Amino acid sequence: MTTLDVNGKKLETDASPDTPLLWVLRDNLNLTGTKFGCGMAQCGACTVHIDGRATRSCVLPISGLEGKKITTIENVGAEAVGKAVQEAWIAENVAQCGYCQSGQIMSATALLAGNKQPTDADIDAAMTGNICRCATYVRIRAAIKRAAAALA
Amino acid sequence: MNDKQNAFTGSIVHADSLPDFNRRGLLKAGAGLTLAVMAGPVLTACAEKGAGTAATGGPLAPGAFVRIGADNVVTVTARNAEIGQGIYTGLSTLIADELDADWSQVVVEAAPANPAVYGNPAFGPNMQGTGGSNSIASSWDAMRQAGATARTLLVAAAAQEWKVPAGEITVSKGVVSHAGKNKSAKFGELVGVAAKLPVPKDVQLKDPKAYTLIGKDAARVDAVAKSTGTAVYTQDIKLPGMLVAVVIAPPRFGATLKRFDAAAAKAMPGVSDVVAFKHSVRDGVAVLAKDYWTAKKARELVKVEWDESQAYKLSTEKQFAEYKALAAKPGVEAHKEGDVAKSGAVRYVEAAYEFPYLAHAAMEPLNCVAHITANGCELWTGAQLQSMDQGMTAALLGIKPEQVKINTLFAGGSFGRRSNPKSDFVQEAVAIAKAGGNGKPVKLVWSREDDMRGGFYRPAFFHTLKAGIDAKGELVSWQHRLVGQSILEGTPLMPPGLPIDPLSVEGAANMPYAVPNLLVDVHTPKSPVTVQWWRSVGSTHTAFSTESFLDEVARATKKDPVELRRSLLAKHPHHLEALNLAAEKAGWGTPLAKGRARGVAVHECFGSVVAQVVEVTQLAANKYKVDRVVCGVHCGRQVNPNIVAMQVESAIGLGLGAAISGGITLKDGAVVQSNFHDYPVLRMNQMPAVEVHVVASEDKPTGIGEPGLPPIGPAVANAIALLSGKPLRKLPFSTAGVSFA
Repeated sequence: MTTLDVNGKKLETDASPDTPLLWVLRDNLNLTGTKFGCGMAQCGACTVHIDGRATRSCVLPISGLEGKKITTIENVGAEAVGKAVQEAWIAENVAQCGYCQSGQIMSATALLAGNKQPTDADIDAAMTGNICRCATYVRIRAAIKRAAAALA
Repeated sequence: MNDKQNAFTGSIVHADSLPDFNRRGLLKAGAGLTLAVMAGPVLTACAEKGAGTAATGGPLAPGAFVRIGADNVVTVTARNAEIGQGIYTGLSTLIADELDADWSQVVVEAAPANPAVYGNPAFGPNMQGTGGSNSIASSWDAMRQAGATARTLLVAAAAQEWKVPAGEITVSKGVVSHAGKNKSAKFGELVGVAAKLPVPKDVQLKDPKAYTLIGKDAARVDAVAKSTGTAVYTQDIKLPGMLVAVVIAPPRFGATLKRFDAAAAKAMPGVSDVVAFKHSVRDGVAVLAKDYWTAKKARELVKVEWDESQAYKLSTEKQFAEYKALAAKPGVEAHKEGDVAKSGAVRYVEAAYEFPYLAHAAMEPLNCVAHITANGCELWTGAQLQSMDQGMTAALLGIKPEQVKINTLFAGGSFGRRSNPKSDFVQEAVAIAKAGGNGKPVKLVWSREDDMRGGFYRPAFFHTLKAGIDAKGELVSWQHRLVGQSILEGTPLMPPGLPIDPLSVEGAANMPYAVPNLLVDVHTPKSPVTVQWWRSVGSTHTAFSTESFLDEVARATKKDPVELRRSLLAKHPHHLEALNLAAEKAGWGTPLAKGRARGVAVHECFGSVVAQVVEVTQLAANKYKVDRVVCGVHCGRQVNPNIVAMQVESAIGLGLGAAISGGITLKDGAVVQSNFHDYPVLRMNQMPAVEVHVVASEDKPTGIGEPGLPPIGPAVANAIALLSGKPLRKLPFSTAGVSFA
């Protein structure tokens, strides 16, 4: 048994310790908001926060995660920054197919948590690991700026 | 959390079926978000909503597309799949406007698979599906009529109840009123009476001046679900007893399964079975297990032998050498005007273009849940061509199509791939459920690698173009020869009696420029490498060759690219309007800093014309940045201008990524690429600023999901040709060592 601290709750799983966090979240803990896109940390659809840092969960075995604070899209809105980001995403009508947007929101929230006024270059650096095949990038950029303004 | 709580059993997008944890998250997030910013419908339709009650009667459901319950919920039944293009919002807008509903009372459910009722009129009789950028165009009349019919019945019910003439009744934002008698009622109060009235055959549609939602920027109905992780995709489905299946697919197209040894895999805890499967596209081996990670680990232990005697073993270079040899000979004529041999040309401009296979690579790798029961088969998937999926499933199982129930879910992208003309991934799920499901639901999950190597690519093409110039420097002949596989041949969708696949030459055979002598012909080589439509289909390659070759002609005749196009487009007013709008907004002809250049392209597809002017900066010898794309669009009346802009932005991003770095290549017949590290797609830092300007029009709406894509590649190539002096004629541009920041 591995005990994980997910969204402020202690959750137990009998998944084998080499299982990536992504699949424990999705298949064992029924937190399906975090998405599978590539399985090799290339696309960012699986992004969660580990102790506040945006992290790709598809290549992260659960064996090293006991005692770490894991936040997923399901609870990111509980904090002011995540809530502002989600509101900005809705106001800008960012999502098209929507499949990558959980990961985009997690990356954007981590960016804004550490950088209240990101420049375009900061946004590029923080968000370039998150692929959107619908290419909603123009609106993601606008939503990040909107959220930053709302939090200022 | 027990299985019952996790069950997802409706055909509707159904927030109430989410696991408890998610549900709390949604409600919590939803509460705050609703107050702050949400002004539109939510995707929370469920069977209970929009229903009638014994006390009030109803629901009011005149026809198949809208249902109004005693609870005031207006449920729109969407016959088109929501693959990201915003069609749930668009269809709802048409109905809600004519109904005079309040946008916040509208919810959307996916239509069941029932082609007789939910067929796409643009696809012909009894074909249910989504594609060809035609969903709004093909629903423009039907959905407005559905809304107007329901409104007429509500008004008639109020007239009867209040004993007033129907003509004195007004409807606004979900409230029916009579000013004189000071009466008003919400829809739900009238559905009981309205449902008993005869449904009118002819209804009056609004004067466009009275539109309240059409032409405005209604908020997307899926924005909240897709910003909170609560939107349900195939990947998220979990049913009682469900098994997850992963596959071992043939290493080459046309290889067949010889034998396999699964003893070690079957011994793994959590593995249910390892089975061979076969369907009309391919065969292979599937591992069924309790979850994805278990199945994936077990897959690595299975030893498989393939019969590759009939397999495709060519490499990409050899394939193109064959295509080039074909291009030296005349092909089958697709379009001819005048006589290119007697054009009076005194010199010629010639160029050849290469286009690779392209994978769709949607964010959600392909997947499908199949449950074979005593009564038939139930599917859960981001279905985009329900008629084919039903038919192929029925054929595989020896049952009737109507015994195949399809729960159409949000698709995590498609770009064409989920409307497979052979239902390949749906068949695969069904074949595996048949071979190893033992009556349990089976979720087939392709990995990214399975998806990338699973075939059904945009076909590779080779084009040659030859333009004749007369003594005055005028363009007097145009020859365009195309070599590439057919998408439609060998599928039930190939129009009978046609000598060539129209999808191979669209955008070339109907080239808009006035050239007196024209010849377009095509070779259609066959190959076991499977091919399919990819966002904008034939125009993905024909627009590139046509538009960048026209710039070569402009350079050869020392003409301005926009002026040359204008001079040849007199008979195409929509092209001219789009081109002039883009050129004007982009400041075409105004000076740019050194190291920067503009490029232009214009193209029509799916009834719409998009012109794009790009601005490109040269950063180093072979390094560029696309700074800005200014678009002029003619797409008839806009139902939702914000979504029109979104679709054009999206098409630019997908098309630019493909142009600069997209390509599937083969080595000895095996697909080289496997994931996003070797199939690079456009990322945030490479996305240009996009301005979308739309020609004001009261014409019926035309397509917008695809038409923004074709011009971007040639517009960028045309700008780079000015900066470098070297035209880019082989795609992707990365093959010439050109990279983009």
